[in-house]
Amino acid sequence: MRNRLRRSMMFVPGNNPSMIISAPVFRPDSIILDLEDAVSVNQKDAARDLVVEALRTLDFGSCETVIRINGRHTPYCEDDIRALVPARPNMLRLAMTEEPEDIVWADRMIGEVELEHDIPHGTVKLMAAIETARGVLNAERIARASERLVAMSFGAEDFTNSIQSERSRDGFELFTARALIVMAARAAGIQPIDTVYSNVDDDEGFRADVQRAKQMGFAGKSCVHPRQVAIVHEVFRPSESEVRRAEAIMAAIQEAERRGSGVIAVNGRMVDGPIVSKAERVLQLAQAVGMTKGGDTSGN
Amino acid sequence: MAINAVGREVPTYVEGLGEFRPYAGVFATPPKGRRFGPTIRRTGGKKLLPSLRAAIEASGLKDGMTISFHHHFRNGDLLVNRVVNEIAAMGIKDLTLAASSLQSIHKEIIPHIRSGVITAITTSGLRGELAEVLSREVLLKAPVMIRSHGGRVRAIESGELKIDVAFIAAPNADEYGNLNGINGPTACGSLGYAFADAQYAECVVAVTDTLVPYPAIPISIPQTQVDYVVVVDKVGDPQGIMSGVTRLTRDPMELLIAEKACRVIEASGLFREGFSFQVGAGGSSLAVARFLRERMAATGVRGRFATGGITGYIVGMLKDRLIDAILDTQCFDLVAVESLRDDPRHVEMSASFYANPHTKTCTSDILDIMMLGATEIDLDFNVNVMTGSDGIMMGASGGHPDTAAGAKLRLVTAPLIRGRFPIVVDRVHTVVTPGECIDALVTQYGVAVNPRNPELKARLKDAGIDTVSIEELQERAERLTGKPEELALGDEIVALIEYRDGTLIDTVRRVI
Repeated sequence: MRNRLRRSMMFVPGNNPSMIISAPVFRPDSIILDLEDAVSVNQKDAARDLVVEALRTLDFGSCETVIRINGRHTPYCEDDIRALVPARPNMLRLAMTEEPEDIVWADRMIGEVELEHDIPHGTVKLMAAIETARGVLNAERIARASERLVAMSFGAEDFTNSIQSERSRDGFELFTARALIVMAARAAGIQPIDTVYSNVDDDEGFRADVQRAKQMGFAGKSCVHPRQVAIVHEVFRPSESEVRRAEAIMAAIQEAERRGSGVIAVNGRMVDGPIVSKAERVLQLAQAVGMTKGGDTSGN
Repeated sequence: MAINAVGREVPTYVEGLGEFRPYAGVFATPPKGRRFGPTIRRTGGKKLLPSLRAAIEASGLKDGMTISFHHHFRNGDLLVNRVVNEIAAMGIKDLTLAASSLQSIHKEIIPHIRSGVITAITTSGLRGELAEVLSREVLLKAPVMIRSHGGRVRAIESGELKIDVAFIAAPNADEYGNLNGINGPTACGSLGYAFADAQYAECVVAVTDTLVPYPAIPISIPQTQVDYVVVVDKVGDPQGIMSGVTRLTRDPMELLIAEKACRVIEASGLFREGFSFQVGAGGSSLAVARFLRERMAATGVRGRFATGGITGYIVGMLKDRLIDAILDTQCFDLVAVESLRDDPRHVEMSASFYANPHTKTCTSDILDIMMLGATEIDLDFNVNVMTGSDGIMMGASGGHPDTAAGAKLRLVTAPLIRGRFPIVVDRVHTVVTPGECIDALVTQYGVAVNPRNPELKARLKDAGIDTVSIEELQERAERLTGKPEELALGDEIVALIEYRDGTLIDTVRRVI
């Protein structure tokens, strides 16, 4: 699904069977089985085989399956795509995307493998990971490089290295890159996903980081530990009043449609396009956390 | 042989141990007879002896007798090895070792088992190399008798387990034998498991590293019960009990399970003003206390008391006035030791007070909420905490069957898969706690309520907590692990699992 909920995208090392098996119980929106940084060079093949097997045999429940594959200019990328696409993950996340051509190339490769295996074209989605200054400056073109692309993530660890800085707790050095990625992604109609917060013991720092990301317009956050998932979901949880207002707006729209009326007002305020789309977004989130009828009741 | 109430074949007579009744149900076998009394003795004034050997000689220990020890130092215990080495050097043999529990540090006694110094063992648990040797080889005259904490003290009081010489490691003692565990450099806290040994043994030898002027106060075990006192350099290594405060787990899976368990507790109706509870020291069990604490703070519900093995975390709840009292048989960390010493609301209790089914009231029978662990649980909710997936003994009966029998809500928390093995199996390898004492299993994949407790299931439903059947959990686990193979076991029984009331609930067969 193109615009499914991706509040929490949880990394799991692609070479750790027990962590792969356990991942769905933490109910992240997406599970990212990592073949890149988490896997050392001499384990790349074994991890790839394990991930393919996991995709074929394990039940990931309602979690989206995403595989972080190695960057285009590594010796592993092509093998990653050839092995993984037949196992039908929901999405591949291309590490170290710097040019629109990286995405065009990956799109074509995935398409070829889909064709070879009678998989409908476009089944496996793509996500670009922007992790360098160059990638950030090309973000706008990258975001529009392929129909297959549904999201764009920011990787701050490599990014700070590329601008010869270091990560700080408040993330001041990341502001411009984050803003550019959000704008590039939103302009292209895809989802921007914020970078990881590596200090898993700093819950409060993480919460502040998620709040900042949400405020900047990110659709979700990459997580490196299960305990971060619940915090992301809490931050992205809409308030009760937001949900009630969104419901009132959608009800008013339905009523107006029934009566053939074009102009709608709720509580004396005109309802126009942006307000409707915000209401839809709030209701999608609300449904995911069980705040509306027919929603998930896990409270997750 | 007979088939008992949990469908296990158990012997009715065992050479060297005598006759046994099969387990018939949790409270189906009432007590009978009179309480045992040791010979009345007057040791007189000179109790302080110069060496362990002198004390062993004075005790009159002879071939064929029974010696006992407590396990308050857990894996930091130094006394069992030391005494058995000394006894072996003295040429005494054919002894029964009656320890309240044995740990991996006790592998040092293996040569003395092979040479016939120790020929019988009764204990709550076995771990490490000693457990492995006793699981694979038939070295003793009779199977190891595994007893729960309540069952051991019951057997001592009834005279089934007659102790000839009790060796009591005492962190603090005076020359007349007043003892406590809370003072001195090797303080271990409560001496709860040693009380019965002191009271019922024919002869009691206290071994201390900290002799203080008379009287050693506070007095946990009194001079009226102690025959001899020996001073050694060190009775135990307090590092064997955790130093400082026991840390809460940060394992996200254990936290997830604990959080689910806490939701079950809250929905059960027992989370109410004045409730009581017991949690273990490890993993998800202690983490349940964290979530309970959060819910208590959020709702204003206060507890009355906590029991069992005590950690610094529970002490923190007492200090914050979330509970009013702690009843303590064993300190799991040094914060608990300090609290027992300094806070009058933190009370030392004997094993009998804690869990003896054949007393007028034991605390485990009036407990509200009990968090339990499991190495395996089967479709009848029978629980194994004694043997591993390979059939080797690696755990302890402990207070598991005791607290499960009496508490109002008995929850087992466990990850659905441990190592490569499912926790839920068709039939547990060893039944330690019968399924009729278990209300629910809480795993990361869901909560399975025992069909014997439809009320709990209904309450969870009302609270919006989904439940699954235990068969569904098993199926889910086996989809990931496959069906475990049957173990290859010999015919020889290497251990008997005694239920707390003295009946036999299961046996452990030799692992080939």
